[in-house]
Amino acid sequence: MSTLHIIPLAPFLFAFLIPLFYKKFRHIHTGWFVLPLPLIIFIYLLQFLPLGGTAFQPVEVTVAWVASLGIDFTVYLDGLSLLFALLISGIGTLVVLYSIYYIANKRDEPLNNFYVYLLMFMGAMLGVVLSDNLIVLYVFWELTSLSSALLIGYWYHKERSRYGAQKSMLITVTGGFAMLAGFTLLYLMTGTFSVQEIIAMSDQIAASPYFVPAMILVLAGAFTKSAQFPFHIWLPDAMEAPTPVSAYLHSATMVKAGIYLVARLTPLFGGQAEWFWIVTGFGLLTLLWGSVSAVRQKDLKGILAFSTVSQLGLIMSLLGMGSAAFHYDVIDGESLYTVAILAAVFHLFNHATFKGSLFMVVGIIDHETGTRDIRKLGGLMAIMPVTFTISLIGVASMAGLPPFNGFLSKEIFFEGALNITTLDMFNVETLGFLIPVVAWIASVFTFVYSMMMFFQTFTGKHKPEELPKHAHEAPVGMLISPAVLGLMVIVFGLFPNMLAYTVIEPAMQSILPGLLGEGEQFYVNIYHWHGLNTELLMTMGVVLIGTALFLNFDKLQQTAFYLGERDPLNGAYDNGLTGLISGAQYVDGVQMTGKLRHYFTYMFVFLVAVLSYALIRTNAFAIDFANTAQISPYMFFIILALSLATIAVPFMTKRVPAIILVGIIGFLVALIFVVIRAPDLALTQLLVETVMVVLFLLVFYHLPELRKESFKPVFKWSNLLISLSVGAVVTITGLSAHAFSHGHDISPISDYFVENAYALAGGENIVNVILVDFRGLDTLLEVFVLGIVALGVVVLIKYKASGREEV
Amino acid sequence: MEVLMIFAIGILFTVSTYLILTKSLLRVVLGVLILSHGAHLLFLTLSGLKTGAPPLLGEEAGSYTDPLPQALVLTAIVIGFGITAFMLVLAYRTYKVHETDNFDELRGSDDD
Repeated sequence: MSTLHIIPLAPFLFAFLIPLFYKKFRHIHTGWFVLPLPLIIFIYLLQFLPLGGTAFQPVEVTVAWVASLGIDFTVYLDGLSLLFALLISGIGTLVVLYSIYYIANKRDEPLNNFYVYLLMFMGAMLGVVLSDNLIVLYVFWELTSLSSALLIGYWYHKERSRYGAQKSMLITVTGGFAMLAGFTLLYLMTGTFSVQEIIAMSDQIAASPYFVPAMILVLAGAFTKSAQFPFHIWLPDAMEAPTPVSAYLHSATMVKAGIYLVARLTPLFGGQAEWFWIVTGFGLLTLLWGSVSAVRQKDLKGILAFSTVSQLGLIMSLLGMGSAAFHYDVIDGESLYTVAILAAVFHLFNHATFKGSLFMVVGIIDHETGTRDIRKLGGLMAIMPVTFTISLIGVASMAGLPPFNGFLSKEIFFEGALNITTLDMFNVETLGFLIPVVAWIASVFTFVYSMMMFFQTFTGKHKPEELPKHAHEAPVGMLISPAVLGLMVIVFGLFPNMLAYTVIEPAMQSILPGLLGEGEQFYVNIYHWHGLNTELLMTMGVVLIGTALFLNFDKLQQTAFYLGERDPLNGAYDNGLTGLISGAQYVDGVQMTGKLRHYFTYMFVFLVAVLSYALIRTNAFAIDFANTAQISPYMFFIILALSLATIAVPFMTKRVPAIILVGIIGFLVALIFVVIRAPDLALTQLLVETVMVVLFLLVFYHLPELRKESFKPVFKWSNLLISLSVGAVVTITGLSAHAFSHGHDISPISDYFVENAYALAGGENIVNVILVDFRGLDTLLEVFVLGIVALGVVVLIKYKASGREEV
Repeated sequence: MEVLMIFAIGILFTVSTYLILTKSLLRVVLGVLILSHGAHLLFLTLSGLKTGAPPLLGEEAGSYTDPLPQALVLTAIVIGFGITAFMLVLAYRTYKVHETDNFDELRGSDDD
């Protein structure tokens, strides 16, 4: 157990203390106790950053968990995990600080729940990014789904919250199961759960038939978690969560777990055409769909949710494009396609900063005005100047304007997309030109919704009559966190190379291992002015067309496109869910009729089907007359009488004859026992049959006059058919078994009993010796059965029905 | 003789299946009783019906019939008797409480 192991576990352990703090220190906001933990983790993790140009050395420490199954809790810290862990703990600190002020004035809020869930989430997320073992990763992965659902449903008295929590849970857990199946396939191919060991065997895996299924299953997990098309529908509904949760989980961290997984497994699957097309294709589709849908939203958080979807698609498509780098040798740390990975890592970081701050800003607006509807908001610039400034920074960065960091990552994104068109692998020449076109269109829409969000909220006429609250600036404490994030947007926008070799390059090395020689590094130099090239022209085009579209916003507002706010895919989900439930109810209703006869029918049909299949399959049917005993005339008549009596039973319309017939059958069976030389059986059978007939008569005596004229059974041909086939199958099985036993030399073990009954047990009646000596345990338990039956009968008769027994 | 017995046993199974599929409580009980007869006979038949002395050592015979199936069937008869007796009392009791012996009417209401 090393210090690194404590990082993901500490939040879980700390969560146990939260209810204590909440109960004992009611007057201090519980958030203050939580705040130090992510801060300490953040500061601790900072020491791993490679400063001064030294190459980053991954750290790996292992603690055995289920060693026999190859499941060890291995923490692997490299550039990629460090980037994520720093984001999680850093933004975690800011979010906790923000939440202290955000949920401050509601003393009746269950803060203990909130912080327990939040810490649980933080620990799970740190576990996901630090685990090297796939199973441990999966465990933490599901914990993030669980804690996310708990946080979305925080205000569980609201119906929309419960709907959102259920939806996100169903979608992400379905993906999680698919991912687990994918991990299992990876284990089958390699025999290890360790990510690093699996990556080392990537050549061998690529040749396996399980390669593509494993890839698709793992991607299903990543795509559902990271809200990729068409699984993105849970994210907008997750906006029912408190805003700090939306800022933390649904913009900066949890939705990036899928991105992390794709990046982490790029060395494994990357370089294959399927991976390239699936990841790039779904990424671009999500990018376009998200940005177009965001324009239709009227709720600020709705815009941000679809914006998040679209930006996640952007990062995902960049990871797909960058995987092409595995096809080409990297020369001097620079290649055409590693640029895409650079853009992905850089934008990942940028998105976390500006989207986090924007969510917090929206939270402030909601908190201070009482609404998030952009049709009611307006003219807040003068009223909330600080919030306005922070929004300006965040929105400009999101739209991709200089000098903010969003501009830089968008430029590199265009560069990566343009580079892909030169790729001659994977049949890119046919479809490749679409990639920069789609990217450009999506950027135009991104620009439009960014402007929409900004101008509708802060400019125009202030409409105090429409607002539930009197608008004013937020308290300082609430502004700290978004301000810090806004500051980061500016600082890393102006000095992007601060990050280049500390954060970005090590992360690139983790995503693209093995491409560089010993001691080499990727070339990372991010700068604002790189000449008047195609990328800059594209950005200028985005600004021009976007502005033109926004100026015609009034016209857009009239269209049906704008009015239909809900994502059309929600219909598919809702109908699918209700269809599943009603379908299950229908199947249940058809099958579970509550009638005993139907259930018996299922069983008999199944029995006949299985037995006849087995008989036909093994070609077992045989009949053997050779080795049979002689038929004595008596026996012939007894069997004939038995058959006739049996066949007559169903035809009895009165009950007393039926009982008498059954009695006759029993006595005939006793006679058969006599003939086949089983005296004890015959004796028992006679006695039992007598008592049974008496019992039957007793019961009939107590039966009412009501239906004393016994029923004429409804003659069902199907019943007849089923019973005939049961009889036929039993007969054929019996005949075959008989033929088989005589065709093979199977000597009975009874010779032992015959020889030793007297010698060992001192008895001459072999059957009785077996019953009480050789196999006495059976007899003991049989006695118990009789005892229990006797008790049961007594209880049934003595017990008087109470009124509640009415059915 | 075994082949003849097996056909008779097939008839026992057919009739008992038919009775079990009917609606009346007591017919089902009769069906179960006949089914147990069929099972006992099938057991003895498949272990061989070859002639020999009854399994009593005092007979001083050269060969005996197989005693083990007889012991097993004896146990089965007793248990079958216990179960049938219990079922009968249960049927009686069911009739007392619900005043019907028709399975289609013994379905409970939708809310339980």
